[in-house]
Amino acid sequence: MTKHFKLIYKITIIALAIAAAMGAGSIILLSIGADVAKTYLVILLEPLKSTLQISEVLLRAIPLSIIALGISVAYRSGIINIGAEGQMMMGILGTTMVALSLPTLPKVILIPLAILTGALFGGAWGFIAGILRAKLQVSELLSTVMLNYIAAQFYTFMLRGPFLDPAEKTLGGAGTPQSMRLTRNLWLTRFIPRTRLHTGLFIALALAAFIYFLLWKTDFGYKMRASGASGRAARYGGISVAWYLVVSMVISGAFAGIAGAIEVAGVHRRALEGITAGYGFSGIVVALFGGLSPIGIIPASFFFGLLIVGSDMTQRLVGVPANMINVLQGIIILVIVATKMILADPYLAERVWRWYQRRCTVRAEVEA
Amino acid sequence: MHKITSLRMEHITKRFPGTLACDDITLSVGEGEILALVGENGAGKTTLMNILMGLYQSDEGRILINGEEVRFKSPNDAFSAGLGMVHQQYMLVSNMTVTENIALGYKAAWSALKLDLAKVRARIVEISDKYGLAVDPDAYIWQLSVGEQQRVELVKTLCLGARFLILDEPTSALTPQETDELIVLLKRMKRELSIIFISHKLQEVKNLCDNLLILRHGAVVYEGKTADHSMADIAALMTGHEVELPVNEEEACSGAVVLDIRDLDVKSDRGFLALDGFNLAVRCGEIVGLAGVSGNGQRELAEAINGLRRVERGQILFYGEDLANKSPHHIIDSGMGYIPEERNTEGIVPSFSLKENLILKDTEREEFSNHHFLKNKAIEENATELRVKFDIRSPNTSVAAGSLSGGNIQKVILAREISRKPKFLLAVYPIRGLDLGAAEFIHKQLLEKRREGVGILLISEELDEILDLSDRVAVIFKGKIQQILDRKDANRRKLGILMAGVGDDQAL
Repeated sequence: MTKHFKLIYKITIIALAIAAAMGAGSIILLSIGADVAKTYLVILLEPLKSTLQISEVLLRAIPLSIIALGISVAYRSGIINIGAEGQMMMGILGTTMVALSLPTLPKVILIPLAILTGALFGGAWGFIAGILRAKLQVSELLSTVMLNYIAAQFYTFMLRGPFLDPAEKTLGGAGTPQSMRLTRNLWLTRFIPRTRLHTGLFIALALAAFIYFLLWKTDFGYKMRASGASGRAARYGGISVAWYLVVSMVISGAFAGIAGAIEVAGVHRRALEGITAGYGFSGIVVALFGGLSPIGIIPASFFFGLLIVGSDMTQRLVGVPANMINVLQGIIILVIVATKMILADPYLAERVWRWYQRRCTVRAEVEA
Repeated sequence: MHKITSLRMEHITKRFPGTLACDDITLSVGEGEILALVGENGAGKTTLMNILMGLYQSDEGRILINGEEVRFKSPNDAFSAGLGMVHQQYMLVSNMTVTENIALGYKAAWSALKLDLAKVRARIVEISDKYGLAVDPDAYIWQLSVGEQQRVELVKTLCLGARFLILDEPTSALTPQETDELIVLLKRMKRELSIIFISHKLQEVKNLCDNLLILRHGAVVYEGKTADHSMADIAALMTGHEVELPVNEEEACSGAVVLDIRDLDVKSDRGFLALDGFNLAVRCGEIVGLAGVSGNGQRELAEAINGLRRVERGQILFYGEDLANKSPHHIIDSGMGYIPEERNTEGIVPSFSLKENLILKDTEREEFSNHHFLKNKAIEENATELRVKFDIRSPNTSVAAGSLSGGNIQKVILAREISRKPKFLLAVYPIRGLDLGAAEFIHKQLLEKRREGVGILLISEELDEILDLSDRVAVIFKGKIQQILDRKDANRRKLGILMAGVGDDQAL
């Protein structure tokens, strides 16, 4: 096989994968009677047409990228965190707690303190799954999903109870379960006029750089990656694989917690139901789509932000329900997994190469 | 099922990007013949056999069976033509039993709704009785040693009805007795079928094979009768230069005991005592060869010494400190070097680059990291230096270590372990499956470390290796030391008997 052929082969497979994803999406769109071409155009292009829309895309990309960064750390260390949703809720609760109890602290102290508390709460939630796996071999798939349920109920309890907005209380418990509007000192600056885009964007970029350095430039990252790539070899090399599992899970949870903290401080400015908005699960897709590296996760989170904003617009412009985006996400996960497996199969490449050569010889014979 | 009376591969050429893996190779095997295929790693043997088995297709050339041209599009085509191959790397599902593994390919036991495991078992018993290959049909693959797994592979291929056998290094995991038995068996089997026998062990090639095909750099350098050449000639033809495996001829050392294992009990994965009151002492500047059939506790011993397996009872005194149940990290820090049995999965992180693998144990050392930040330049320089010094053949220092050949992976491990200046080396099957050139290199390095005063425990099944290198030879059987012999008292026959579990008093 020539290098040339390998490149073309790879590009073709990826192009086919994209076509397959769009094709499968089209079938579903057709089944609900939507205009397929217009729907895709709206999803992919409409959000890029104005500063406001782009800022909304970036706004979605912030929590997605932070969560995906955390998930990539865990994934690379050999533990799959599907509990980011719950960890994010815990982070929101931590941040809200700090903001409610210390509203008079100056901005420069309160914001870092609140975000760190969010990280701590999320990290603690991740720690539970990590330690269960390291010490008792409890599957993290099981524990993180269960912890999501617990976090969700606890979150609702806190919003209906201790954190409930006093203004809502006067309504006799019939009000919306949400906290009061948090102190201005917690608010992240919105730096583009007439948009909601906040400084959390820079925190996300800084965290991406942090993860890049952590994983590839430090001995911690080396050991985490070694534990994930080959636990047996890592153990042989004197690396405490169990310990790095726990650490990576704590980092992963902390990142989800930070995402929650920033979402509260930057967008909603109070804790309310539905803030997590499935970011914890979409984050997994973003992490995988971004190839588990910060360099890929940044564009991937932008792409998924685009899908989210675009799907909102399809509802208005072409009447396709926004839930369609979940369907598309599902299809994209399946296609990514399939594509990875196909690209990793040398025998398939070999077969295609043979077929290609036969075609060439046949054509040469015909011409002769 | 008719016999395969002749098999020919004609003018086989196969190119990979940048290399010519097979260059116009022609071979033929007649009825009842055993053809030896020898050559160094990378000479093209594996590629040639993969072409024969339908895994690859050749760019040029053709394959003839009984005079008729055949085209194998997949391994299934080759199987149904009656070819069976036992690979060097076993194709077994580790969390299934022996019976289940063989059932995977044994279509006669499959029906629409039911898999008749009893039928498979009956077949296994039949085959293992017929050929004297003892396997436990109910054992899980992960519980078996490498040697036992290879026996399962042999049984599997025979169960599936192979009428032409390709054996890739079949004896590398067998004891001398087993090897002798296998050779007798193969000689008997050639009345029924023909065999291609790939081996690095020229003694076996001379014993067993009628004809010989030597490959070097993808091309045939010799073809003819095995009897026409001496072993030294064959080795020289294979490598392109004279090969002499180094021999330890110096006086045995009388230094201090550095590793003293006392009354060690260690459990196997299956939960029984794999080491049962094991005692062994190694001095500095001494090589102790631990001979034994694999599966007699060697793996458990190596893992226990390195903190990778729990010690139930007993002590591992290393320079006076008891290492039993200490962390691997602590044991590495106290100066233990370890060349593990599973070089591809344990000795390296396959997806990591060559240079990253060379610092697997040293990321915390000041040499390679500063306040936890890796020093890329130092890591690169270290790799560049070791790559030259240990003759690691790779395009650069950034290739994934897992993509290297077995010999080069072993050199990476050796380079890392030796460059760390260990106080002791534990080498487990260090040259298994390696070609003569690599084996020679690795043995020279071990002897050099011995000269520098490092104590070495060499675990091996290959008696030549043990006899060449050891100052003393200990024989392990069922988790106990059977006997310890000085080099001058040890010979193949004696060791073979001891390895089979026959005590001194009974045999001699």
